[in-house]
Amino acid sequence: MENWLLWSVYLLIFPGIGFAMVVGILASWVDRKVTARIQFRVGPPLLQPVYDLVKLVGKEVVIPVSAQPGVFLLAPLVGFVAAALSAVILGVNNFLGQSFLADLIVLVYLLLIPSLAIIVGGSASGNPHSSIGASREMKLVMAYELPLILAIVTVIINAGFSLDLAVISAEPQISSISGVLAFIVSLICIQAKLAEVPFDIPEAETELMEGPLLEYSGLPLAIFKATHMLLLYLLPLYLITIFLGGIGTGYGIIWGGLKYLLIIVLIILIKNTNPRLRIDQAVVFFWTWMTALAGLAVLLAGVGNIYGIGWL
Amino acid sequence: MSWKDRLALWGIKRSPWVYHINTGACNNCDIEILDALCPRYDAERFGIKLVGSPRHADVLLVSGPVTRHSEQPLRDAYEATPKPCAVIAFGACGCSSGIFKDGVNVNGTVDRVIREEDPEAVITYLPGCPPKPEAILSAALKTLEAL
Repeated sequence: MENWLLWSVYLLIFPGIGFAMVVGILASWVDRKVTARIQFRVGPPLLQPVYDLVKLVGKEVVIPVSAQPGVFLLAPLVGFVAAALSAVILGVNNFLGQSFLADLIVLVYLLLIPSLAIIVGGSASGNPHSSIGASREMKLVMAYELPLILAIVTVIINAGFSLDLAVISAEPQISSISGVLAFIVSLICIQAKLAEVPFDIPEAETELMEGPLLEYSGLPLAIFKATHMLLLYLLPLYLITIFLGGIGTGYGIIWGGLKYLLIIVLIILIKNTNPRLRIDQAVVFFWTWMTALAGLAVLLAGVGNIYGIGWL
Repeated sequence: MSWKDRLALWGIKRSPWVYHINTGACNNCDIEILDALCPRYDAERFGIKLVGSPRHADVLLVSGPVTRHSEQPLRDAYEATPKPCAVIAFGACGCSSGIFKDGVNVNGTVDRVIREEDPEAVITYLPGCPPKPEAILSAALKTLEAL
């Protein structure tokens, strides 16, 4: 009974929804503010993401005639719950020092679900633009998952074939050549996972009018926006846990916060200095260059593991 | 007024998302709208954001006299916008059809079409050919006050 209570606190308050939403909202504000400063303007006030969410909750929910109402309304919820669960797994590992067997694999699956929710929701809304957006999102997921998983395999090999986040984050995996290569590959895959600018092909508002999210309004749209904010907190944390040795404890948390800021500002800089790719360019980019780089990293890690060379 | 509407109005005043509709304008107003959204005037200070779909919009920015072909799309866009929402009739043509008033293919002004859809609609008039970016921002803020 107490265990059940503890885990609901984990899910709802500390590393879960409450804490992750606060950090996600701040991260979303940092995103918009840094973008504004890059363009030499002032940018939105601190609470702007909160205003957006509150407004969307208050607005009318329109369900299009052509939509499948059940799937249309459930899809955002499924994505949000998956993001919240991965917030618990990452948070419990980083802040409370607990982990369970093969939590890395669970995390890989859970972090895929928000993208799937966008695909399902977009297809269920019955709008031709949304279905084109959903199909592009599907192609994008297939494109970036291969190099991302190869990069994770590199880390698993370097950590002595362990699937445990606690073992992987015990030391920074970026301290070897294969680790650096895998980190670069994952950073670019994360950019695509967030659907930020060079890879915002599914949502391309100039051609597809926000793609899969086109028909969403009110509360379901707010849930999608909140899921994106959660991912803005989760995916950099995921990179930190796997490659940079975790957030740390005690005063290490300040150092961890700096790591987080570094990654999120890198993502924002990539976003603000690149134009959008076409979907075929993105797939070719991920399946040739990124997969080759990630394959090289796996190879180096394997050689390093067999011959006991630490820096490979 | 329900708590939900009150929440929405509180939010709209702080984060108005704008959807831009051209119902037959000569493009002069549209260029000026892009000017108002450029970094120099920094509309994001007020939370103003251009969105790609009327389903996400709080404010419909309608420029131009309503031509025969664009009357039904304008009605559809107003219907598709979740309420509460506001309309800005943009430029001399948006307010009164301007010099195109007697054109053969002009069906009327923006406010006539919107009022036929919804007599209670909040409509702001922003005259000018085209209005200055400063006037656009000021009109947007006045619209929000009127809500």
